[in-house]
Amino acid sequence: MIPLGYCLLLGAALFATGLFGVMTRRNAIGVLIAIELMANAVNINLIAFGRLHGGVAGQVFTLFTIAMTVAEVAIGLAIVILLYRSRKAVLHETASDMHG
Amino acid sequence: MLHLVFGIIAAATLGCGLMAVTSRRLVHSVLWLAMVLVATAALYVLLDATFIAAIQVILYAGGVITLMLFGVMLTEQGAEPGVPNPSHRGIAGGTFAVVVFGILATAIHRADPGQLTLGRGASTREIGRALLLDHLLAFEALSLLLLAAMIGAIVLARRRDP
Repeated sequence: MIPLGYCLLLGAALFATGLFGVMTRRNAIGVLIAIELMANAVNINLIAFGRLHGGVAGQVFTLFTIAMTVAEVAIGLAIVILLYRSRKAVLHETASDMHG
Repeated sequence: MLHLVFGIIAAATLGCGLMAVTSRRLVHSVLWLAMVLVATAALYVLLDATFIAAIQVILYAGGVITLMLFGVMLTEQGAEPGVPNPSHRGIAGGTFAVVVFGILATAIHRADPGQLTLGRGASTREIGRALLLDHLLAFEALSLLLLAAMIGAIVLARRRDP
């Protein structure tokens, strides 16, 4: 028997850690790593709630989010490599002229 | 006993997560992220989600980490760029993260969720049936998304012909 609250607290702490990373990192790949941490925290919550209610829905949705994260990383890294090729740096704040 | 195992896994996850966001070198950061993902897989085993744990190790710790290492190496710039991280950003980010965690922790404490009774979890057969019978449309949409992401990544990162 494990209190569900423990798992949720772990997920919240991991999410806050990822949030800290997103706000402090200057390198785009560093931001991507922090986003991975946040997605992982969400997955922990999904698995924990799925275990609470029984059934397979929680695990199926975790599979979906994992696959989506993989797609996100592939696109993110492609953008980072493109950015690096065009200006030899992957500091995301130097890329603010990309919009518009 | 379960609480002890959970405590060890939680400490490993949080410690490696903190190292992943504070480490100066990106390669180290990626490797700490791999440790976080493996520790999370251990948590999934504890929560009776063995199939997800296997997927996590294969897809995340295998695929994503390899991809990220390639990304770091292709854009390697030696150490962290000259200007150090401005400390006011660190303070702002830390404060914001702590506030968000405080809000979430208060909400969790107020809600007082129940206990997880661990034991036999869903088998791989059940997950496969749910995936291919109940959630077939979402499953196919997801495979389309992955295909689009793959083509998009190739088109974006392709070297233009002169």
